[in-house]
Amino acid sequence: MDELIRYAPDLAVGFLHNLQIAALCAVFSLILGTILVIMRVAPTPVLRAVGTVYVNVVRNTPLTLVLAFCALGLSDTLGLTFSDTPITNSFWLVVLGLSAYTATFVCEALRSGINTVPLGQAEAARAIGLTFFQSLRLVILPQAARSVIAPLGSVMIAMTKNTTVAIAAGYLAESAFVMRDTFDDTGVSIPIFLGLAAAFMAVTLPIGFLTGWLAKRMAVAR
Amino acid sequence: MSSQASVLFDVPGPRARLRNNILTLLTVVGILAVAYFVYVKFDEKGQWSPVLWQHFLEAKTWTDFIIPGLIGTLKAAALGSVCALIFGALFGLARLSDHWWIRIPAGVVVEFFRAIPLLLLIFFLFFLAPSVFGGGDYTLIALVTGLTLYNGSVLAEVVRAGVLAVPKGQSEAAYAIGLRKTGVLWLILIPQAITAMMPAIVSQLVVLLKDTALGYIIAYQDLLNMGFVILPANYFGTRVTSAIVIAIIYIGLNMALSALATWLEKRSRGSSKTSARPVAPPSATGVGTGTTGVAGGTPGL
Repeated sequence: MDELIRYAPDLAVGFLHNLQIAALCAVFSLILGTILVIMRVAPTPVLRAVGTVYVNVVRNTPLTLVLAFCALGLSDTLGLTFSDTPITNSFWLVVLGLSAYTATFVCEALRSGINTVPLGQAEAARAIGLTFFQSLRLVILPQAARSVIAPLGSVMIAMTKNTTVAIAAGYLAESAFVMRDTFDDTGVSIPIFLGLAAAFMAVTLPIGFLTGWLAKRMAVAR
Repeated sequence: MSSQASVLFDVPGPRARLRNNILTLLTVVGILAVAYFVYVKFDEKGQWSPVLWQHFLEAKTWTDFIIPGLIGTLKAAALGSVCALIFGALFGLARLSDHWWIRIPAGVVVEFFRAIPLLLLIFFLFFLAPSVFGGGDYTLIALVTGLTLYNGSVLAEVVRAGVLAVPKGQSEAAYAIGLRKTGVLWLILIPQAITAMMPAIVSQLVVLLKDTALGYIIAYQDLLNMGFVILPANYFGTRVTSAIVIAIIYIGLNMALSALATWLEKRSRGSSKTSARPVAPPSATGVGTGTTGVAGGTPGL
């Protein structure tokens, strides 16, 4: 218990970095995921193909590899740098990589939501003369999103937990790294592990409950 | 896909065709621009130099590095899968127990391991093992145990959902013909539940295979480690090229397994062997909690 108290400030700072990454990725992955799902149902075949290939390739790549690639490929080889400070640079690379990865799951969740919207809704939307974008924006996506709140919540929970993989992109400030560091110093400590696990549960469990509650509240009555 | 999407838009008229063509052109130009940018940047760094690629033509690269790495990955995945399936079956059935002193502890274990980051668990086990069992190489053990506890917990939920997905009439009928609890479970519920669970199980195993890459972070000798650390150490400057080849192998493997899961799901949806609807796959999010998907929803768009 002493170790936990001694290292609590360090771990808390690390955990805040996790939360920062998670908050940014939640925003970016939801936006990118929505764009991807629009591409995947778009009238233009090429856009559909691009969306499908992107989703299938990124989804089937281990996150560790995606993040390592962000550091190695995007930053070192392609020269994409967000900042001259290495730690800030790798922070944004993690945000980029994790958002790009999570967006594919957001896209798949939304697409399965689109599949639950009855045919008649889309037909009616077309019948009253809505264009593709209008029918998506006004009729299809609002219903689709409401039916996948719970799965989207799970995607967000997974994303929050995935922030620990940031080490793979060389971002050495978040809590999993801090935990490893303290273990290197003082040996394994069960209280530190349980404390950090409790911190993650304090974030992920409420997301689960909240999205579960929202899903019930917002369910489309059919 | 096109038959699905066509519900969302009309058959394109002249203006829509024009718009489609413009969008197609823009997309193609965009992709070409990105490809050109990547090509130029790679060229600047000399990544196209044949020296960095030719070692993939040598048998030694494959027999000494890539295949052992692949075997490492598959070994962790195979051990993890078997243990996770056993763990999942045990805890899934335990959560359905009539006795609260079995049901509640099993529930706590499953919920705990599902809610914490897998990497945190693997780190913990990796550091715990030497201090409990003494020195040695615990990378494989830490990785497999972590994968088992996490994926096993997700599978436990799948098992529970699978058994609960069998209509109530089945177990009522079984009790009515005089079967006991064990008989109802093993003869009536589980055979039907397995068919319904199959796609969800396979897609969770894809997640497990993907998550073996976390072993890279604790320096387990898997495919990713081979590609990122060991190959570049043996062939100077090949880090990027090795990473690309490794990525292709990973994506190929996972896509093949995902395709199997999709095929199984299609098959079990039309299956007459079960009265249960297929359990929604707990999402292939990787390192994450399962999604209670919306499979089997009303057939819509």
